[in-house]
Amino acid sequence: MTYKENAERYIENYGLSIGDTIKVNKEDISYTGILLDRPEDADDGYLVIKLSSGYNIGVAIDDTTAELIEKGDKPKIGYDAEEIPTDPNKQNISIVSTGGTVSSVIDYRTGAVHPKFTASDLVKANPELLDYANYNVKALYNILSEDMKPEYWVKAAEEIADYISDGTDGVVIAHGTDTMHYTSAALSFMLKTPVPIVITGAQRSSDRPSSDANINLIDSVIAAKSDIAEVCVCMHGSLNDKYNYLHKGTKVRKMHTSRRDTFRSINAQPIAKIEDKKVTVNPNYAYTKRGENELELNASIEDKVGFIKSFPGISHEFIEYHIDKGYKGLVIEGTGLGHVPNDLIDSFRRAQDEKIPVIMTSQCLYGRVNMNVYSTGRNILDAGVISGRDMTPETTYVKLCWALGQSDDYEEVKEIMQTNIAGEFSEKSSIRDFLN
Amino acid sequence: MDYEKLGLKMGLEIHQQLNSQHKLFCPCKTELVDDEFDELVQRKLRPTQSELGEIDRAALQESLRGLNFKYENFEKHTCLVENDDEPPHSLNEEALDICITIACLMNMHIVDEFHTMRKQVIDGSNTGGFQRTGMVATDGYLETPYGKVVIESLGLEEDAARRVETKDGFTEFRLDRLGISLAEITTDPSMHHPDQVREVAYMLGQILRSTNVKRGLGTIRQDLNISIAEGARVEIKGVQDLDLMAEIVNREVQRQLELIDIKKQLQERNAEVLEEIHDLDELFEDTKSKILKSAETIKAVVLKGYDGLIGREVQPGRRFGTEIASYAKKRGVSGIFHSDELPAYGITQEEVDKVTEFLDIGEEDAFIIVAHDEDIAISALEEVKRRANLGLEGVVEETRKALDDGNTEYMRPLPTANRMYLETDIPLFKITQDRVEPIANNLPELPDVKQARIIEEYKLSEDLATQLVKRQEADMFEAILADVDVDATPVASLLAYDLREIKREGHDINVLTLDHFKGIFTLLSEGKIAKDSVRKLAVETIKAPDMDIAEIAEKNNLVMMSDEDVSKIISEIVADNETMVKERQMGAMGPLMGMCMKQLKGKADGGLVNKIVREEIQKLI
Repeated sequence: MTYKENAERYIENYGLSIGDTIKVNKEDISYTGILLDRPEDADDGYLVIKLSSGYNIGVAIDDTTAELIEKGDKPKIGYDAEEIPTDPNKQNISIVSTGGTVSSVIDYRTGAVHPKFTASDLVKANPELLDYANYNVKALYNILSEDMKPEYWVKAAEEIADYISDGTDGVVIAHGTDTMHYTSAALSFMLKTPVPIVITGAQRSSDRPSSDANINLIDSVIAAKSDIAEVCVCMHGSLNDKYNYLHKGTKVRKMHTSRRDTFRSINAQPIAKIEDKKVTVNPNYAYTKRGENELELNASIEDKVGFIKSFPGISHEFIEYHIDKGYKGLVIEGTGLGHVPNDLIDSFRRAQDEKIPVIMTSQCLYGRVNMNVYSTGRNILDAGVISGRDMTPETTYVKLCWALGQSDDYEEVKEIMQTNIAGEFSEKSSIRDFLN
Repeated sequence: MDYEKLGLKMGLEIHQQLNSQHKLFCPCKTELVDDEFDELVQRKLRPTQSELGEIDRAALQESLRGLNFKYENFEKHTCLVENDDEPPHSLNEEALDICITIACLMNMHIVDEFHTMRKQVIDGSNTGGFQRTGMVATDGYLETPYGKVVIESLGLEEDAARRVETKDGFTEFRLDRLGISLAEITTDPSMHHPDQVREVAYMLGQILRSTNVKRGLGTIRQDLNISIAEGARVEIKGVQDLDLMAEIVNREVQRQLELIDIKKQLQERNAEVLEEIHDLDELFEDTKSKILKSAETIKAVVLKGYDGLIGREVQPGRRFGTEIASYAKKRGVSGIFHSDELPAYGITQEEVDKVTEFLDIGEEDAFIIVAHDEDIAISALEEVKRRANLGLEGVVEETRKALDDGNTEYMRPLPTANRMYLETDIPLFKITQDRVEPIANNLPELPDVKQARIIEEYKLSEDLATQLVKRQEADMFEAILADVDVDATPVASLLAYDLREIKREGHDINVLTLDHFKGIFTLLSEGKIAKDSVRKLAVETIKAPDMDIAEIAEKNNLVMMSDEDVSKIISEIVADNETMVKERQMGAMGPLMGMCMKQLKGKADGGLVNKIVREEIQKLI
């Protein structure tokens, strides 16, 4: 129960529990309905009553009395687990949840939304899944996307590697959208995979009829069955419920706070389009085919990496702080072609002296870092800063975490950062790759 | 009809669009648009899990059919919120305050805290698959000439998107109306006479119109709940014309009585709807009926014991067969053929006999034919069977649509208990005494009270007063007269009539402020402009709203001449026409007035001109 002090005492005094039908009497009116729990962030001093019409109202408890009309049953949520049929002619797909809800049940009696994540819940909410594959479903952990930490990437990568060595034909990962592109980059670096690894989520929660969860999930399963053995993100390709894009895990970014088509390929094109249950691969894209790679897991990472955005007036203290605090590497989101104010450059030299790799990316997001054009850039290069090329700042951050996990040697880390590990950078900038 | 004996019970539900500047949960304007849309977005809706229950592939498929939608977006008039691509913004407090006003006028109890709910609606009219709605007040009443009527609840909710068309498997909606704030008023079902319903609807309309609500077609929608003792509850949607209310009630009572009688006869005959769907393609191979010939397939079902009853009239011009057909139409057919109306539509007696023989049915039995594509024909006949079976139970609980002639037509089943849960994207909203009291202490006058007072207080004609109130200009009228000592009639007629014309001429009348009006009528009261110049001066003020009114009058030659100057001009004109005056004597008055006014219009008062012309003529004769 999330009622606070006064309301909690009131409820206890009258011997009431959540779910009971109660009557609250005020001087000139009384309300009868089911006592509901109160949202955690709401103020004290009010009861939430669900009237018989279905409406909730808040009733201030001052100068009221309450009476119990009928004890409520403990609401029974969800359904009995049911055997999910398996079909030997279908591929086996593993579905892993990291949090958020791919399926949830609304209890209309109390109005509560209960997240559910068992295979049978998933199939109940999306029965058409059975047309495509057999499923192995696991809730890996349950955290909000914004609470994701590098250590969780490791756990996910290990779990997925287990599934793959157990012979799964493809993996779908349900993920909150906020940090989905960090996870997709991390898995790209940590895993060499013989099967598709597809990350998906929803911009509209699955408790609403307009949710994009179902289409994203089905299309992800279709992608996981395909020939594209890469780590990718599968989300809506437009505002329409019409087609999804499959984005390369290292080249994708969340670009809008709320739209369904928020995920975009940055400095790249999507790998494939999924429409009417069919995967159409982008003809300009040479993808890694199913079975081409052997499974390989390199999940060690270093999570003490700083990520600093430059801005007019930024003080060198930002850099000094991270060095003082023992950060092992720094990713800078510079301006334009990859610049910071000149007075930061001495701090970069200090980082170089202390063998802390510093990688430069651009807050433009689109385009390539090039520090040879202006003298500031040349000075930054001279201070040992490495170009992040056309990588997104987020992918660069994840890559540096991973590179520092792979080696303690400054030069070796710098070498890894300049090696294309998982298609995270390209040498050529296409005329088409902007704002799409 | 003896309504009491029949156990007639009625309740009203009224939806009124509020005139808040912005929508309930986003900053878009609350006006409908007829422009071409800028973006068309294609969506699906999916019933949520708790509505599906068991794994039932068939039920899911069924429910997903027809859940394909297109939404017309407008760059200027709509935003991402309507398109379900951005969370709702905070509750529109202006709309809430209008509801609080309405609640006070209906003696209601306002809730302590307003909770926005999601109410599942998956017909596509709400992009999210739910309507946002909340309870503002409960337990009010209205005193009517027929006794007290309880107002059960007042809700504040979002209006739905406007349906444009259904084509190629998609239903298209325009997003302009989605999110306009709507007050929902529900009475208890305690009304027993059609005249009482009409009176209550009228009174509610008066109350609403005294507050800041939208006017005009489609801004208020009245639904009627109705049942008789042996019948069932039916909700009739969209009763536009209050004068039709009694007729609708009478025809619905008649319909329920007829259906009850049909039920009794069906039971006596041990009537039964047979399961099997028969294929009649071969029988009609050489038919002359164009409708049958053009169809992919012709199918039929047998209704044992229904003969004669399908053709039975339940409302003027509507038969039991029409009721059955309206269910079938929901599955995409344009109609059905039933044995009570055949031969007709190019189907011959000979063909009817062949069908009768083929189906092997007796004299009391009936059949219904549907001609269409295979799956639609089957789906439609399933509905025919369902509705025919319901005939054995008498009246069916339904939502029906009011038709222009007072009849009603089936729309959909009655909604089951409201499926609502909290809209977690919007914080709970406390309605404190500090908010309610100033509103409660400053309630608007009801329109008829205001009208009567204005007639009395300002000696206006009833017509002018009615127009002022109807056009919501009464407050401006009173504000002008509170400060300017001027005849009320020209003020009222500018506000009630001229403004509308000026607007129609393409001027933006919203530019005019109270100060402008006061300036114009101060000039009139000081005799500086003529009554005839008021309209012209208003137009010129719209064109130069920042200029001093007196200057505008000056610049446009609207300032009146001094009496001496007027006299001088008139005596000159009269002198020029001396011959005519001599000939016609006072008969020259008319033509001379015409000549003088032509020159003096707007610069001299007509009465004064008349007086001087008369004097000048008299001097000459």
